[in-house]
Amino acid sequence: MTAFFQSLGMNYEWSWGIATIAGILLIALPLMLAVAMIIYVDRKVWAAINLRRGPNVVGPFGLLQSFADGLKVFLQETIIPSAANKGIFLLAPIITFTVALAAWAVIPFSSGAVLANINVGLLYILAVSSLSVYGVVMAGWASNSKYPFFSAMRAAAQMISYEVSIGFILVCVVLYAGTFNLNEIVMSQTGHGFGIVNAYAFNLLLFPMWVMFFISSLAETQRVPFDLTEAESELVAGYQTEYSSMSFALFWLGEYANILLMCSLNTLLFFGGWLPPLNIDLIPWFDIPGIVWFLLKTFFFFFMFSWVMATVPRYRYDQLMRLGWKVFLPLSLLFVVLISGWLMATGHFS
Amino acid sequence: MIQTIAFYLFAVLMIASAVMVVTARNPVHSVLWLILAFFNAAGLMVLVGAEFIAMLLVIVYVGAVAVLFLFVVMMLDIDFAELRAGFIRNAPLGLVIALILLAELVLGIGAYRAGTIDLGIATGENAVVLGASNTASIGAVLYSDYLFLFEAAGLILLVAMVGAIVLTHRPPKTVRGHQNIGKQVRRDPNAATVMKRPTVGEGVEL
Repeated sequence: MTAFFQSLGMNYEWSWGIATIAGILLIALPLMLAVAMIIYVDRKVWAAINLRRGPNVVGPFGLLQSFADGLKVFLQETIIPSAANKGIFLLAPIITFTVALAAWAVIPFSSGAVLANINVGLLYILAVSSLSVYGVVMAGWASNSKYPFFSAMRAAAQMISYEVSIGFILVCVVLYAGTFNLNEIVMSQTGHGFGIVNAYAFNLLLFPMWVMFFISSLAETQRVPFDLTEAESELVAGYQTEYSSMSFALFWLGEYANILLMCSLNTLLFFGGWLPPLNIDLIPWFDIPGIVWFLLKTFFFFFMFSWVMATVPRYRYDQLMRLGWKVFLPLSLLFVVLISGWLMATGHFS
Repeated sequence: MIQTIAFYLFAVLMIASAVMVVTARNPVHSVLWLILAFFNAAGLMVLVGAEFIAMLLVIVYVGAVAVLFLFVVMMLDIDFAELRAGFIRNAPLGLVIALILLAELVLGIGAYRAGTIDLGIATGENAVVLGASNTASIGAVLYSDYLFLFEAAGLILLVAMVGAIVLTHRPPKTVRGHQNIGKQVRRDPNAATVMKRPTVGEGVEL
């Protein structure tokens, strides 16, 4: 895009700056729209599984429900508890929201269609997603109230536990791909499964990794069955209890942006990102733009997220910790050794 | 130009937040300022072209170490008045340590610039592959030249971890009902539940 602005007769610095800002808006604004629509999808899927109708009043098929909700919270009064630590209380939702958006900078939507095509893209995502715990912890502490505080403690412990195994799972993928660049990770999946499927998930060694990554990403985004930070029956609404109006909406938006990010990571790392499913040229699906495949696959994973939410009961906290530390951590470590051994034996690195 | 602005932005923010770590009245605020300092240090690393180290700094220090700091500080029941009183008493000692550190820094940089230490001349024979990414270059050095030091550091960390666990582990005094997850999963629904089809108006006998 820089070249386009340069062709309009601007010098490099200006055109780079404008191109970057345009790129940020091109990602952030559709993402906000997508979050609004995906909340609607989420509610419709639960409703369908529970044999209910779901939102169906605002707009055709209830499509505008999220916008009505957004308008509602926007017009509400922002209440700050008098015992709260004011600065941190207001900073917490902003951090959650900003961090959730910042991670999208390195996601390739199509071949090369990425805002920042950096060499350490995967590490960047790991770094930014490890920041998202601060929003929750700060909110819980600054609210100066019991339930948010319990929730913040749970969130901190939970996110650290699952980040460790996510790190090892990512190492497995990086071993196969040989790079941290997300664009190249997607490219390296071309025809990986049985020579025709463009995905890592159909590799016998990486399939268990994908299952673990999916479950860990549920835990990392605090979705059911791991939503102990917002367990309604125990903690009211968890760290969001004291929040109202837009500060509450920012948490909500940030949470769904994070969920979409995890869905797209599942797509990029294990299901070939913007590549078509099969590496056969017989069918003219190489003409379909990559972003369509990317969005379709991401949407499929989001459907799986809501499916899990509607069908699986919540874990107990000790079971959650057991799964993270006693099952996923040793298993992922074992697979790092197994995969690097297999790759050395088959001469992948030479 | 942009690099210069970015450098001064990161550097000033980092020093300012480091000062705030020490002067902040609330320990939780201190930890949050510390996180900001880490973050700006990562920004400086990106500026010198060490993006791998920058990301590791954020992942390890901001993402894990500082979270644990915050965790501990938030759980502590801190008496602020007592903390203030200790400040005056410990200030001379802290000042002395700060002066020693400053002197060492000046001495080190002075000695380096005087050229008295033979640090070797960069002939390029130790240089890793040109044009390789940051990650690849660090890997190439870490797993060849510095393999022993790297493994030794890992071993020391492992021993430290085992030591910490041994020191803090207390065997449970009373034996609570231990859950056997495998047994719970293996349980057959048909053996655990009974299906009854009672006629309307009659109860169920178990």
